[in-house]
Amino acid sequence: MLKARVIPCLDVNEGRVVKGVNFVDLVDAGDPVEQARVYDAAGADELCFLDITASHENRDTIFDVVARTAEQCFMPLTVGGGVRTVEDIRKLLLAGADKVSINTAAVHNPDFVREASEKFGAQCIVVAVDAKRVDAQTGQPSPDGGRFEIFTHGGRKPTGIECISWAEKMADFGAGEILLTSMDRDGTKNGFDLPLTRAVADAVPIPVIASGGVGNLDHLVDGITQGHASAVLAASIFHFGTYSIQEAKAHMLAHGAPVRMDEAP
Amino acid sequence: MTVALIDYGSGNLRSAAKAVERVMGELGRMDHVTVTDDPDAVAKADRVILPGVGAFGDCRAGIAALDGMAEAIEDAIIIKGRPFLGICVGMQLMATVGREFGDHAGFGWLPGEVRALTPRDQSLKIPHMGWNTLSVGDHDHPVLAGLTDGHHAYFVHSYHFVPEDPAHLLAVTEYGGPVTAAVGRDNLVGTQFHPEKSQAVGLKLIKNFLNWKP
Repeated sequence: MLKARVIPCLDVNEGRVVKGVNFVDLVDAGDPVEQARVYDAAGADELCFLDITASHENRDTIFDVVARTAEQCFMPLTVGGGVRTVEDIRKLLLAGADKVSINTAAVHNPDFVREASEKFGAQCIVVAVDAKRVDAQTGQPSPDGGRFEIFTHGGRKPTGIECISWAEKMADFGAGEILLTSMDRDGTKNGFDLPLTRAVADAVPIPVIASGGVGNLDHLVDGITQGHASAVLAASIFHFGTYSIQEAKAHMLAHGAPVRMDEAP
Repeated sequence: MTVALIDYGSGNLRSAAKAVERVMGELGRMDHVTVTDDPDAVAKADRVILPGVGAFGDCRAGIAALDGMAEAIEDAIIIKGRPFLGICVGMQLMATVGREFGDHAGFGWLPGEVRALTPRDQSLKIPHMGWNTLSVGDHDHPVLAGLTDGHHAYFVHSYHFVPEDPAHLLAVTEYGGPVTAAVGRDNLVGTQFHPEKSQAVGLKLIKNFLNWKP
């Protein structure tokens, strides 16, 4: 049977990992390639690089990171952050990325998703959706709000776009997958926004990756069993060494979220 | 020895090439891996790998756009019998016909068609994306040596190859019904999953392919 995926995510700034470097035995703990190797050896199902490099001149560093990672890690690699043009996608794929994640550019120009999917195939186009709860009456951000809206710029900029119908539209435009982040939960360690995750996962015919808020291993289970996500993405619980990938998987397996636990052939 | 990976403007060539190079390093072999769109290089290669992502028709058209490539592939693989590994759409192209975005002729090496996945459970997502278990049954194909039922491989696809002759089906996976995972006959083998993305299981398969003497 198809297994739920566990995806560690690394924030990369100008070629260096930004947060969380608690791994031992690393020659260079700030090197994303070194960390990618650790996750590869630990049995992560995929890896995600989020390029948060602000200046466009330094963007080339991510191509080098992707190329060096692809030489050593034989698992799917997704790269997000600042993907705006077909040429950006082409360069990332040529460097060795398997998928690219598109966020702001999709909001600004939904047809970019269609164009990218037609050119490179739906399987490599992930649309990242940053959602926030807003009050249904006032439209103001509210953690208890009953309506989900899309925000850009790391959750700072409202768009007025309703989240569920947006995700459906992106699937319709050829996205192969949705990376869904709850901006309310991101960084809180309080767990995924399960109603949000479930609403999106049940609405779209494509896989949904749950993101934002993981603080313990039960949260990973919940994302799959209650949120109906196909994959769970987490950053800090892995980076800071709170839990290993194997601990996470063993816990998920024991609590009704089937994951891959392979013996080497 | 040379291994040619065919570059027809699609595909995750770098990943596949790096995986092959890694295995050669482990084997201590001095083989030469070449990523090429040159029909002569394919004609001269000792082994040929056809990776592929994207739509069936686009991949077929990509090969057709390279002057002499289809003939070079046919000569190396079918006439000279060199070992061939097709990956994902590269595997699907061995079929008679692909039905993605209209009907497109494949190489026709293995009778059968490539059709949309139609899982019985309608809640199952398409594409079929992620790690799924292999069932290799009682096949003892050398390229699948060491892979047993329950090993996981990484899949990402919306269509799969349904061969006419059950003897050509080497491995399946389960996704709302049986889904073709590997096919082959004689010097031809193909995987729907991505060995270059399947960690130890995938590298083992690549190693088997490099050692294979069909």
